[in-house]
Amino acid sequence: MTATVDRRRSNRAPYLLLIPAVGILLVGMGYPLIWQVVTSLQEYGLKQQFGQPAPFVLFDNYIELATNPQFWTVVAKSIAFCLVTAIITLAIGVLFALLMNAVSRVPRIILQVALLLAWSMPVVAAMTVWIWLFDRRRGAVNYLLDMIPGVDMNRFNWLEAPTTFFIVASVIVIWMSVPFVAFSSFAGLTQVSDEVLEAAALDGADGRQRFFGIILPMIKPVIAIVFLLQIIWDLRVFTQITMLQDAGSKSSEFDLLGTYIYKLGTKSQDFGMASAVSILVLAITILLSWFYIRSLLKEDEK
Amino acid sequence: MRARTARTLYGALAIVIALVWVFPVYWMFNSSLLPNVRLQSFVPTFVPFGGSFDNFAAALADGEFYAALGMSVSITLIAVLFCIIFAFLGAVAISRFRFRGRKTFVIAVLVVQMLPAEGLFIAQYKMVASAHLLDSVIGVSIIYIAAVVPFTIWMLRGFVAGVPADLEEAAMVDGLSRFGAFMRITFPLLAPGLVASGVYAFLQAWNEFTVALVLLPSESAQTLPLWLRGFVQASATRATDWGQVMAASTLVAVPVIVFFLIVQGRLTSGLVSGAVKG
Repeated sequence: MTATVDRRRSNRAPYLLLIPAVGILLVGMGYPLIWQVVTSLQEYGLKQQFGQPAPFVLFDNYIELATNPQFWTVVAKSIAFCLVTAIITLAIGVLFALLMNAVSRVPRIILQVALLLAWSMPVVAAMTVWIWLFDRRRGAVNYLLDMIPGVDMNRFNWLEAPTTFFIVASVIVIWMSVPFVAFSSFAGLTQVSDEVLEAAALDGADGRQRFFGIILPMIKPVIAIVFLLQIIWDLRVFTQITMLQDAGSKSSEFDLLGTYIYKLGTKSQDFGMASAVSILVLAITILLSWFYIRSLLKEDEK
Repeated sequence: MRARTARTLYGALAIVIALVWVFPVYWMFNSSLLPNVRLQSFVPTFVPFGGSFDNFAAALADGEFYAALGMSVSITLIAVLFCIIFAFLGAVAISRFRFRGRKTFVIAVLVVQMLPAEGLFIAQYKMVASAHLLDSVIGVSIIYIAAVVPFTIWMLRGFVAGVPADLEEAAMVDGLSRFGAFMRITFPLLAPGLVASGVYAFLQAWNEFTVALVLLPSESAQTLPLWLRGFVQASATRATDWGQVMAASTLVAVPVIVFFLIVQGRLTSGLVSGAVKG
């Protein structure tokens, strides 16, 4: 760096350069964040929507949440959904990366193009296709499953029961997320040197030993970060759940945290409670993100 | 010999997986080109039946499409333009200068980048509503710029740092002003980075659903994702014309797919580069 040169220059320059970015962040994120913290400590319901002052109730909203079994059900469901989906995504993604590494050029490129196409689909467009695929009567999924001898999936309504509803949601999220995991892991794998692997093979290490003894430790940092990002992203699935609810049912059994907050805000108009849940979601996200942020900071310091 | 057989088998497996994974994308295109009679059949048509563009014509005949397109294009353009400018200035600040508060700013950028829209949209709704900017291009654009600027700063930072400051200094020794040196030497070298971050901002703004849903409550001010969702919503109550929905999805998806394929490599390495390089 040219710190010496820059220091002689006006010390104000970097601050001036940061004004637009800081300004827009304060307006778009900072102010809402502060408003939300304050509102989460207030009673802010229907009456306040119509102009009555909002009284401060300290942690009443949080206490009400903590004693609300429905809230805990939503939290438990969200965490379960997020963990299951993230773990399956990671496993499939890493396996795909290993496969890309093991095959010759042509099949590798075919697989990569297919994954890229899936990855590039806008989430709303992807949702319409998947809802059409899982359509009760004319969907391709039921048709194909029905062809398996002994399986009767004719007119099976996937979105009717919470279990199958969340299985569908998970399948869709996994389908959309695997390409990122696969490409990142593949990038990590290409850093593993062939000589080391050959040497290990000569020393008699079999495939499994090479994977767990050499490959896995070397791509562990990538996998850790990718897994963390998946958890953070899967915790906040909103579009997918909202659109599946559009096609199925909007009943609260089908809610995860995102749709729960949305309904608290729009249906019940209870901004105090909605803010409290939002703050919890943000707090969990920041806690989880910390390792990721630290690893990026290390890169910044280089 | 055994190794070669295994390689072939793995290759076949890779192709099968590719077909499975790409199937929903294929299905979107395939269904969009099928006449409704075929889609009404209980036996899906797996092989392309024919190129009928009736579904596209029907989707385009929907007056709301053009309104939504206009809305999406305006919001996306504003978001991309301001995002690039703001992020570029910010990236220059953090990669060319060492100043007090720099680390705080970098941490703030990284934290904000992780904040989910779902954790802030109630507050953003309230703010935009009290500024009387609901259903407006400006309200949504402000939130989009704020949401996309952090990652864009982070992405551009790498590009700015990649242009050696020595080059700039050499140009300054040769008589150019600092600004002139920057514009003539550094800026052209940054073009790929600016394109990549512009495309990133485009993808985010064009695809965004959650914030748009909250800040654009009126039916007359929809973006394309909201318009597309309207089709699915309608399907819950009446028989859906899936051919038309798939044509609509195709219209929304194609520009995204094209742009995404251009910048994909940079986006992946931007997200995990620290980890990959070790």
